[in-house]
Amino acid sequence: MNIYRSHVLICGGTGCTSSKSDKLQKEFQNLIQKKDLDKEVKVVRTGCFGLCEAGPIVIVYPEGSFYSQIKLEDVEEIVEEHLLKGVVVKRLLYKGAISEEAIKSIYEVDFYKKQERIALKNCGVISPEDIYEYIAFDGYMGLAKALTEMSPEEVIKVVTESGLRGRGGAGFPTGLKWNFAAKATGNEKYVLCNADEGDPGAFMDRSILEGDPHSVIEAMSLAGYAIGSNQGYVYVRAEYPIAVQRLQIAINQAREKGLLGKNILGTGFDFDMEIRLGAGAFVCGEETALIASIEGERGMPRNKPPFPANKGLWQKPSLINNVETYANIPQIMLKGVDWFKSIGTEKSSGTKVFALGGKIENTGLVEIPMGTPLRKVIYDIGGGIPNGKEFKAVQTGGPSGGCITADHLDTPIDFDSLVALGSMMGSGGMIVMDEDNCMVDIARFFLDFTVEESCGKCNPCREGTQRMLEILERITEGKGEVEDIDKLERLAKTIKDTSLCGLGQTAPNPVLSTLKYFRHEYEAHVIDKTCPAGQCKALLDYFITDKCKGCTKCARVCPSSCITGKVKEIHSINNKLCIKCGACMEACPFDAIILK
Amino acid sequence: MDTVIIKINDERVEVPNDFTILQAAKKMGIDIPTLCYDERLESHAACRMCVVEVEGARNLQTSCSLKVADGMEIKTHSERVIQARKDILDLLWANHPNDCLTCEKSGECKLQEYCYKYDVKETTFEGKRKNYEIDDSSPFFYNNQNKCINCGKCVRVCSELQHTNAIGFSERGFNTHVSTPFEIGIDNSVCVSCGNCVSVCPVGALMPKSKEKFRLWETKKVRTTCSYCGVGCQMDLLVKDNKVVGVQPANGPSNNGLLCVKGKFGFNFINHPDRLNKPLIKKDGQFVESSWEEAYGLIVEKVNNIKSEKGSEVFAGFTSARCTNEENYLFQKLFRAGIGTNSVDHCARL
Repeated sequence: MNIYRSHVLICGGTGCTSSKSDKLQKEFQNLIQKKDLDKEVKVVRTGCFGLCEAGPIVIVYPEGSFYSQIKLEDVEEIVEEHLLKGVVVKRLLYKGAISEEAIKSIYEVDFYKKQERIALKNCGVISPEDIYEYIAFDGYMGLAKALTEMSPEEVIKVVTESGLRGRGGAGFPTGLKWNFAAKATGNEKYVLCNADEGDPGAFMDRSILEGDPHSVIEAMSLAGYAIGSNQGYVYVRAEYPIAVQRLQIAINQAREKGLLGKNILGTGFDFDMEIRLGAGAFVCGEETALIASIEGERGMPRNKPPFPANKGLWQKPSLINNVETYANIPQIMLKGVDWFKSIGTEKSSGTKVFALGGKIENTGLVEIPMGTPLRKVIYDIGGGIPNGKEFKAVQTGGPSGGCITADHLDTPIDFDSLVALGSMMGSGGMIVMDEDNCMVDIARFFLDFTVEESCGKCNPCREGTQRMLEILERITEGKGEVEDIDKLERLAKTIKDTSLCGLGQTAPNPVLSTLKYFRHEYEAHVIDKTCPAGQCKALLDYFITDKCKGCTKCARVCPSSCITGKVKEIHSINNKLCIKCGACMEACPFDAIILK
Repeated sequence: MDTVIIKINDERVEVPNDFTILQAAKKMGIDIPTLCYDERLESHAACRMCVVEVEGARNLQTSCSLKVADGMEIKTHSERVIQARKDILDLLWANHPNDCLTCEKSGECKLQEYCYKYDVKETTFEGKRKNYEIDDSSPFFYNNQNKCINCGKCVRVCSELQHTNAIGFSERGFNTHVSTPFEIGIDNSVCVSCGNCVSVCPVGALMPKSKEKFRLWETKKVRTTCSYCGVGCQMDLLVKDNKVVGVQPANGPSNNGLLCVKGKFGFNFINHPDRLNKPLIKKDGQFVESSWEEAYGLIVEKVNNIKSEKGSEVFAGFTSARCTNEENYLFQKLFRAGIGTNSVDHCARL
């Protein structure tokens, strides 16, 4: 085996691949070969590093130098200076990796220093396409331990006692689920992995499959052993081509090495798995709709009970967990219950991966212990709100969740605290909003999403979400009435109370939670016909500021002749006649016309 | 059968443990409204009209799908339940043409019935409405999706009971509607025109192409056995002014509430002016109406003549699948014992 003096790690996540990290890899390999360094330096394409804001990311080890936003033309300099001469190229380092001229390694950067990585442990560390790299980081040790030293009951006991809860949304105790599936009677059982991640902006499951697919394979094999199943299916959306490709490579490698298939590790245990592609319907992340989709049926949820643990895929007992949940399990198996319980809070042990997005400096994936206060996530790790704007709220749980306001920034995040605040963990999307975000418009945005994604099976969700959206649209267009707020609330309650699946039952949450914390914004829209955040165009008026030079251009283009003023004097707009076409604003050469 | 004790509206009742709440309530004479429920079909739980309050459950539960459990406490008509049902009707109304004045389903429409029962007098929502072209390609029925409430009974009866799978749901969300694959129209699909979808439609979305104008309350239902074949399907003829204007399947032991195209739609011959009501005898090259006595007399006479001239073996009898087993039995008896030949056959033997 060749020992390399240096490793160049290039992010191969979807974000960095979109900014051509695949070409960076080729360029590095070319130049390294040209300089005759290919025996000394190894180039590895890893999974996502998490700080997508800084992509494409290149890390050079052993120093851990954190190069960000690397372009093709930068590669030569890194090879020449860093790899050949050993001088770090400061100009290309991530801005947070230099302080007072001292160079920090990636682990010392604030964004990473304050995280604790379990599910993302190998993401950005190993090559996901090389099973040996996974094995070198204790991969398949948990499975080996379970198969050779533990009974299925003992495996379930460990998962139960670890306190692991489902990372896909509702936080159901994983051990309990495994226990139900193990106790269910049936000659065939299935282990399913829900990789149909659909919350807008959430991509932790994709990153795990892209960066560490073997962790999911190992966990599913463990689950198969625990509940008595020999077949697994990973349901992953077709829009995740890199994840699908790497998972398939990983499955093939695991089969080759006898870690999937017949007689795993010579223990007599058989387990194999296949990928099933989803067509991108959000509702297929709901477990019963996912099962229907695997069966080849229309992706529509089925009423529960019966639960999948008793009647799941093809009516057989099935265990279904989310990608991130699985990714925790090999390490729980290896490091034990006490280790896992030492992280997080009493009722929510371990960590959670969040996808930070919206009005925040560091967008990307962060993994933090449960119980970390929101403030720490947004300010210490996320770097705060850009452009000196004020924090307004953060939406957690995507379209099923709700918003959390500045008053609750110090709440320790776990499953139960978020529910208590009227939101939910969801799959871990975290969209930060600042003073410029209109909360009615945010609710409208999420309802627009759920209307689009409702499967159409049950009445309250199919008809009700459409009506909620229409009311919200009216409000943001300035056509709302005071009664609309009560109507929204009543409808939201009924939809929550009567919908068939989790999509419908949680679809009204963004409305209820914005109504709870920002009712005054709704009232401003319907009573005063104004949008306090200045977002809802129909409620804004055009004004001419004192930048006006009196050139008369605006008055000449105005189709409703509502602009008056003498030449070389400041003009004014009669808002009663204005039709808000915006022609004046476009015509003004002095940027004197504003909307407010 | 094991039983459980539950409480519905504060009243204790003992029911089999595989009962749904809906079945238990029915046993007690409590009427829970349903739009998508059909006891012959897998529970769909989509209309949400049958929701009830179950003690300890976070959300309202659908009584059509939830099985009873010992000690369960259920409220079928609490304020919360009634408000939910009203809201659901309100939502359905908001996306429905509401043309009860001219709709032929009026009087038998479930949406109409429940809006009346639950005092939903108008919808409180405005906005988008369905706007589909009516599929009138089938010779037997219309598919008017503007009236559909997406209960899915038609789709499920077509796949679960009829096993034809001619119709399914197209598109998603608010645009979900019942259609043939690729919207090719009923007549171009694999539809066998059995009309079972029409029979289960709770609203006026799937309606027979009727030759007569009638209101359901003007008709009398006459239970009869379908005369087309020997299966013995039970059905109700809808009779207005002594004229058959429609057929509805009845739940007989041999048909489970289903009919085929003939039974469901093939009834216009009954009152057709060309239908023969009396036997015709050819006299001087012309068919002439006669009495049954004369006709039978002629048959007996001719049979006797031929038999005495040429023997019994020249006769052969062929009967119809429209006859019952009993009729077929009598027919072969007539030929074997009466006429004396074993040459008897039946059109459905092949």
